[in-house]
Amino acid sequence: MSEKELGQKWDRCLADGVIKLGTGLGLGIVFSVVFFKRRTWPITLGSGMGLGMAYANCQTDLRLHYLVPKKQWLIHSNHI
Amino acid sequence: MLRACVRAILVFLVVFFYSGGAAKVVTAGLMTVTGGIAGTILYAKWDHKFRETVEKNVPYSDRLLGLALGPAPQETGLSVKKQVRMCSEKLWLRSKQEKKVKETTESPIEVAKPVTAETAAVSTEIESVAAAEPLKERPVEEVTARLAQQDLDEQEIVASVSGNLDDSLASSAKATLQAIGAQEAALQAIALHTQKLKEAMEAEVPPQEKSTQWKDLEACLANRAAAVNDAGTALLKANEALDNLKSVIDKSKGRNVPAVRPLVLAAEENLHKMVVDLDKVVNKVKSAESEAKVVSQYSELVNEAKLQFQREVSSLTPEIQANWKGLTGKLSTDDLNALIAHAHRRIDQLNRELAEQRVREQIHIDAALEQQKLEYLKSQEAAVNTSLQHIKEDARLEQERKLSELREVMEAEMRTQLRRQAAAHTDHVQDVLKVQEQELKAEAEQVLSSKLLEQETRQRQLSQEQLDNFTLDMNTAYARLKGVEEAIDSHVVAEEEARKAHQLWLSVEALNYTLKTAEAGSPTKPLEVAAQAVRDSCHDNEFALALASALPEESLQRGVYSEASLRARFYGLRSLVRRVALIDESHNSLYQYFLSYLQSALLFEAKQEAPPTQLSGEDLDPFKLLSYASYCLEHGDLELAAKLVNQLTGEARRVAEDWLNEARLTLETRQVVSLLSAYANAVGLGTTQAP
Repeated sequence: MSEKELGQKWDRCLADGVIKLGTGLGLGIVFSVVFFKRRTWPITLGSGMGLGMAYANCQTDLRLHYLVPKKQWLIHSNHI
Repeated sequence: MLRACVRAILVFLVVFFYSGGAAKVVTAGLMTVTGGIAGTILYAKWDHKFRETVEKNVPYSDRLLGLALGPAPQETGLSVKKQVRMCSEKLWLRSKQEKKVKETTESPIEVAKPVTAETAAVSTEIESVAAAEPLKERPVEEVTARLAQQDLDEQEIVASVSGNLDDSLASSAKATLQAIGAQEAALQAIALHTQKLKEAMEAEVPPQEKSTQWKDLEACLANRAAAVNDAGTALLKANEALDNLKSVIDKSKGRNVPAVRPLVLAAEENLHKMVVDLDKVVNKVKSAESEAKVVSQYSELVNEAKLQFQREVSSLTPEIQANWKGLTGKLSTDDLNALIAHAHRRIDQLNRELAEQRVREQIHIDAALEQQKLEYLKSQEAAVNTSLQHIKEDARLEQERKLSELREVMEAEMRTQLRRQAAAHTDHVQDVLKVQEQELKAEAEQVLSSKLLEQETRQRQLSQEQLDNFTLDMNTAYARLKGVEEAIDSHVVAEEEARKAHQLWLSVEALNYTLKTAEAGSPTKPLEVAAQAVRDSCHDNEFALALASALPEESLQRGVYSEASLRARFYGLRSLVRRVALIDESHNSLYQYFLSYLQSALLFEAKQEAPPTQLSGEDLDPFKLLSYASYCLEHGDLELAAKLVNQLTGEARRVAEDWLNEARLTLETRQVVSLLSAYANAVGLGTTQAP
């Protein structure tokens, strides 16, 4: 069902976002604790990077249909 | 009319002078226009050519001009002068023709001088007719009738005249003959009488016969007198008859008819002959009479002497009887002596007289000769006159005869000429007739052939028609027979068909039923079985087979969703489509997504809106389309809803794709099934026979 696709995409986005944010945050915290004397900037950097990556991924995922050439899209759509 | 115009002009002038600027212009304009129109009308009245040009060039001017001036006058063609000239020319030609006709009729009259009276009469009639009716030719029938009439009249006249002439000739001939006969008889009688007298005078016959002789003589005399009388009366009669004949001849001469002429001539000749004969005979009679007179005189003298002697003798001898010659025996001597003395005395006397006579002989002879001469002259004159008359008459008759001969000759010649002309004319007429005959024959043959052809073609047409009709009838009968046979066959076939149709219908109904087995949210059972059943029941029907095979695979394998499930699904779809309304190929970033979500939150559209019959540009807005589609769905029109949803573009389209496919499938299947059922129904209806 093509109408479920968007929901699935949003789910993925969200999940990916959470993961990326969490990972980024975690790495930020780690880096901040380990390398950067408990400064906040690596945490924000890491979370920001994580969020940004998540955003980018989400966007790409949402755009995917329009970016991919037709053959691959067909394969892709069949896949689903 | 004129006063009204003058008043109008005055009014205009007043208005013009007492009005302001604009009114001035207006009035001036009006005046010019009316003046122009009036001028045109007047000039058109005067000059007709101008009127014609105006009528030709200005569209409705002919009506106006007709109203003002009356209808346009027509051209008379020739003017009066020309007509008069033409009439005079005609008259002159006519008079010329009259003259010509007269001349032509007159000249042949002059040429053929000894022309018969009939042609002269005819020509005079022609002339008179020509004078009366100059150019009219009398019809041939009239002329021939006239000629025939004239001939009849002539013949009548001739007959009458000839009758008259014959009658009078006959009568006169009879009378003349009678007269001649009488005259000859008289002549004979006279001759006989004279002879007898002479005989009586001189013959010495016995006394008995003397008395018979004298009796005969007396009888002869009486005869002669009677004969002479008869001759005289006969002569009178003959003269009368001849006069009659002459008058008749004159009358018939006066008739002026040519055929009578020879008759007249002959009659005249006869008359002349008769007259001549009569005269001759009369002359003979006269001469005989004169002779007889002489002889009678002589006899009279003798008788006188005898009588005297007898008287003397009787005076001397009274006893002696009359017939003294026979009485010589009875006489006495005295008587004889006295007689002898008397005789002597008488002889002396006679001798003396004789001497005297001899003396006066010459004188007497001269006188007698003179007398004779006179008489002779007279008779000669008379004879000369008569002979002259006769000769004149002969000459006249000769002349007339010659004239008639000449006339005949001329007439014969004229006849030959005319005959020649007639022959030429007949030849010409024959030639013309021959030519005409040829022409007419050719024409008639042509007409005949064309008519025959026509008839033939008509005949052929009719026969062809008959044949065609017959063949048509035969064909129709055969066709009907065939039809009947086919009907019978098709009955059987139809029953078979009906059975098959029933089967098909049943299978289609089963298919239809399977369509209804869809539950909410889940598709129907796969239609494969039913489709197979349908296919089985129509394996000889291509249409149904095609339809059956037109069912989409998905529906066969998986089944189709019902409309209700699609409708329910649509509402979920609708909110999703609303949310991604702004997303397409170019606008698909997250920000766009955010904006699209914001739009969907803030924009409110009608839940359902009736779609227009034609979508315009602004109707292609997704919100609008959704409201149209939901309206359609609510009203059960899945097709239109699918069409409308099909108009979505971009992400909205992608989102609705699946629904669209399902809708399409459902629609397809439903269409096929409905077609099949319709077909089955139709077939069933077609094969079902009402009781």
